[in-house]
Amino acid sequence: MEAPIRAREALGFILFSLLFSICRSSSLNHLLISNAERRIDLSSHIVKVYLTLKVENAGSTPTSEVFLSFPPTQVDHLATVEALVTKGKRKKTTLVRLDVKPTELPDAPNDAKYFAIYLENPLKSGESTTLEVLYLLTHSQEPFPAEIAQSESQLVYYRDSALILSPYHIKQQTTFIKTPSTKVESFTRVEPSNRAGTEIKYGPYEDHPPYSFSPILIHFENNSPFAVVEELVREVEISHWGNLQVTEQYTLVHAGARHKGVFSRVDFQSRPTLNGASSLRYLLARLPPRVHSVYYRDEIGNISSSHLRTDSRKSELEIEPRYPLFGGWKATFVIGYGLPLQDFLFETSDDRRYLNFTFGCPLLETVVDKLTIKVVLPEGSKDPSAVVPFPVEQHLETKYSYLDVVGRTVVVMEKKNLVPTHNSHFQVYYTFKPIFMLAEPLMLASAFFLFFVACVAYLHIDLSIRK
Amino acid sequence: MSNSSTSDLLKPFKLKTKQQELLISILCLVYILAFITRLFSVLRYESMIHEFDPYFNYRTTLYLTQHGFYDFWNWFDYESWYPLGRIVGGTLYPGLMVTAALIYRLLHFLRFAVHIREVCVLTAPFFASNTTLVAYFFGKEIWDSGAGLVAAILIAVCPGYISRSVAGSYDNEGVAIFALLFTFYLFVKAVNKGSLAWGLASAFGYFYMVSAWGGYIFIINLIPLYVLVLLITGRYSMRLYVAYNCMYILGMLLAMQIRFVGFQHVQSGEHMAAMGVFFLMQVFYFLDWVKHMLSDTKLFQEFLSITVTCAVAAGGIALGVGVASGYISPWTGRFYSLLDPTYAKDHIPIIASVSEHQPTAWSSFMFDFHILLFLFPAGLYFCFKRLSDATIFIVMYGLTSMYFAGVMVRLILVATPAVCLISAIAVSATVKNLTVLLRSKNKVAQIGSTKGTSSAKASSKASLDQSQPFQKNGAMALLFGAFYLLSRYATHCTWVTSEAYSSPSIVLAARGAHGNRVIFDDYREAYFWLRQNTPPDAKVMSWWDYGYQITAMGNRTVIVDNNTWNNTHIATVGRAMSSYEDEAYEIIRSLDVDYVLVVFGGVTGYSSDDINKFLWMVRIGGGVFPVIKEPDYLVNGEYRVDKGAAPKMLNCLMYKLSYYRFGEMMTEYGKPPGYDRARGVEIGNKDIKLEHLEEAFTTSNWIVRIYKVKPPNNRW
Repeated sequence: MEAPIRAREALGFILFSLLFSICRSSSLNHLLISNAERRIDLSSHIVKVYLTLKVENAGSTPTSEVFLSFPPTQVDHLATVEALVTKGKRKKTTLVRLDVKPTELPDAPNDAKYFAIYLENPLKSGESTTLEVLYLLTHSQEPFPAEIAQSESQLVYYRDSALILSPYHIKQQTTFIKTPSTKVESFTRVEPSNRAGTEIKYGPYEDHPPYSFSPILIHFENNSPFAVVEELVREVEISHWGNLQVTEQYTLVHAGARHKGVFSRVDFQSRPTLNGASSLRYLLARLPPRVHSVYYRDEIGNISSSHLRTDSRKSELEIEPRYPLFGGWKATFVIGYGLPLQDFLFETSDDRRYLNFTFGCPLLETVVDKLTIKVVLPEGSKDPSAVVPFPVEQHLETKYSYLDVVGRTVVVMEKKNLVPTHNSHFQVYYTFKPIFMLAEPLMLASAFFLFFVACVAYLHIDLSIRK
Repeated sequence: MSNSSTSDLLKPFKLKTKQQELLISILCLVYILAFITRLFSVLRYESMIHEFDPYFNYRTTLYLTQHGFYDFWNWFDYESWYPLGRIVGGTLYPGLMVTAALIYRLLHFLRFAVHIREVCVLTAPFFASNTTLVAYFFGKEIWDSGAGLVAAILIAVCPGYISRSVAGSYDNEGVAIFALLFTFYLFVKAVNKGSLAWGLASAFGYFYMVSAWGGYIFIINLIPLYVLVLLITGRYSMRLYVAYNCMYILGMLLAMQIRFVGFQHVQSGEHMAAMGVFFLMQVFYFLDWVKHMLSDTKLFQEFLSITVTCAVAAGGIALGVGVASGYISPWTGRFYSLLDPTYAKDHIPIIASVSEHQPTAWSSFMFDFHILLFLFPAGLYFCFKRLSDATIFIVMYGLTSMYFAGVMVRLILVATPAVCLISAIAVSATVKNLTVLLRSKNKVAQIGSTKGTSSAKASSKASLDQSQPFQKNGAMALLFGAFYLLSRYATHCTWVTSEAYSSPSIVLAARGAHGNRVIFDDYREAYFWLRQNTPPDAKVMSWWDYGYQITAMGNRTVIVDNNTWNNTHIATVGRAMSSYEDEAYEIIRSLDVDYVLVVFGGVTGYSSDDINKFLWMVRIGGGVFPVIKEPDYLVNGEYRVDKGAAPKMLNCLMYKLSYYRFGEMMTEYGKPPGYDRARGVEIGNKDIKLEHLEEAFTTSNWIVRIYKVKPPNNRW
């Protein structure tokens, strides 16, 4: 799956750079942004940025690519970028998702990184369109002070630019930053800027040339727990006897301000709002409906503090770690559950089977630094291939489980830096002959048969030497 | 006769196969019953390792499966007994771990992808099932197959054995009782048959027992004692000579392969009885031979007295020289405390401090044996009535082990198989007699039928029957009585197993206010916190009870643990716990401790916490360091923690760590803050300030409290 994309990218890049060298001045400059509005939501530890851009083609040639640029510090923390375009007029507007691909432009100032949005129809000269861009940043709020005591609340820094970094000229722009509470220690003023309630407003700023940058620093209180899963291994085991067994191994850490000094249970129990306000007490996992035999345990045994609520559309598993997680504290645990196979396994017209399952982490409001999904196909299945909506690293493994002789093929997919928006579906296609289902029962039956035959033989054979 | 000859030939065969089928199916059911009756804890809680010592066994088994046998054998464990460490391979009985690892390998070879924990949890029930089979064969050997069957059934559910073999109690005893009974069975078989093969088998059984448990001392002393009794009662035979010599020599050589045992068979006082009896056997054989050669009895008497005197003198001198030169070590404290129950109390407080080393109360005999306690003397009576080499053995085994069971609670376990076997003889013999009485009437009625297998007996009974008219009714009543008693036994055993012996003691369960089940999982909460949130090389100081659990579940280094081989080290910890904070800080610093862990039950009412164990810390600490004096912690000989407590008690480290900030806590409605629910008093010192330690973690029900040791203050 990956190769064609890569090739296309590479080809696109070559073509693009050729084009670029010919008509370099016009390719970027003929577009301009007449109006830009940015809303940054800092209420959780995942930074959500909504960008509304009104793009206008001021040049003469039609273009179908719009570039977004990010400072290199942000690109490392960029989890996902989505772009939507509004179609239709007035009440009949629909949102259409557009392709977004990371690209590179030569002589980018200060190592700025680019994402290209591919428009459905090329933007003709003089036309304009409105793009809605959403991107999420992880690990972008730096706790300061880096260590806090149990009774202190968590303060963080957020760094960004008051002006939108863009390769295009922006005529007018405004930025709204939403903080989780009214408690803001300080923020950089770039006039006109003001703060009202939980919102800080930068702008409107008029007529800024490309690559304008004005660093700002916001120091504010954010007591939401910074739940980060450092590593998550999800194993999905398909059994054609009707069960899909999912096992998820978590390494969870509270990535907020580190806990310093005493942990006092008496304070924590008697004044929970004042003490350990930023601590992670419980997590919510959203599991598929009709989930059964759920377990929640770790290396030393079952963890008894979890609740499962199920209804017809979803199941919610509320889990408490063994102890509340303060900044820097870790917990590892395993969640496992079974699902009815018919909800997730389907057959294609050409007699192949495919598993349709969600990719990301079922925990709400968590960042996953590294996710590995292992799809364990039944023994005897062939030609596995995976279809994932975003680029992942893939390889195959072999696993031996109960009564396996040749081992099961495992499709392993790895991805770094995930946010809840990555919970989209992926498919794994494979071929499987149902006759293989009988292999293991037959093996067991024949083993027992041989055992009884041996017993019968032993009882009927006289092995004594003397007569 | 000729036409019925074929049917006569077939009949016993058919009967035999029918009986065999019945026998095999009963044994299969008993085998399964013994396994499933031990699964209460898995069903109630989860598949987990119980108690304290099993955690060490589990940890070593894990190491064995991950690193292989040679690494395991040479494992130097830095995590226990800091800073001394522990040579694990040389200080444990590897039988249990190797057994579990082999089962694990076998299952994986057969493509059963089980986790090693499941294997460890189910090892003890599996071996308990095997023990029932051994009990059947043993019973068959000493009495008949009926007694064997009853013995198998009795031992399958006997609480005395279940207490140490429920699922999850992954301890040496789990496999050792199987090995013990198996060795005894093989030895008795060898004595009965006089064959080298069975002697060899018993030597291997002994080897397995030595590899599994320190209780092999019992075998190596009981068997010589048994041989000696046979010699004295004039039952010396060639069979005995072959069985004992083969078993002793090979068993000894094999046992030397276990590093923890090493040369103890020739060097330790506890093993000398076996060696003495071995030489005595040779003297006996020699005398027998001389007697055979000499025809003059008078001359032989002379020779006998001279040889016996010489042999005894030589043996005595050898023993004396060995002990005096230090080549033969004297008896250990545990051995002394077995022979003399008061010894440990006066000399070794650490042995006395363990609850399972206490002398047994009558109630626990009743609890663990139930009707077997009454059947045991009856069985002895039957044994004496039909004395043979085998019954002498079981009588001796029963009597000695019952004595030891009276000395130490935990040794009820060793007595259980003997009690079950002897009781089975009683049950089987009684029921057999009664049924023979019942059948005899029928036999008399249909005397012409060909069915009579014991017509002679029947006729004799029939004559008796006429003399006692109500005998049949009496037999019926007695039979019902026996069945009633046995069914009571079965219900009692099930009840005891489910109520008393199936709690993992790591997870505590209680009834909530509304009758719901409340789980206190504080131990694992604390251990997992240690595992995840402390530096990997952190050293944790706690009382030795929790050492194995901290290393196994918390994966952190401990100062002392349940392998109580170094009394001084434990006493140092006891001293630190019972000193004032600044004195304790000096000790803590010298031990390089980072965290101090205490167990506290004041909030939940959990009574086996450190405050209740504290006097043992004082005693053990004071045993080595006379600065610690027990009376300083008592008021008029009374141990209290409230306002009337001794000032030293109110300010010692253990008190401070247990009750730190407890004075602010409301534990029970209508009681003042700082009300200790475990002891039912309001604590005496509510204003506790810690200077050198700080609270690092307290579990949700306060059962485990962990304190961090602060670095020393800057002097400038």
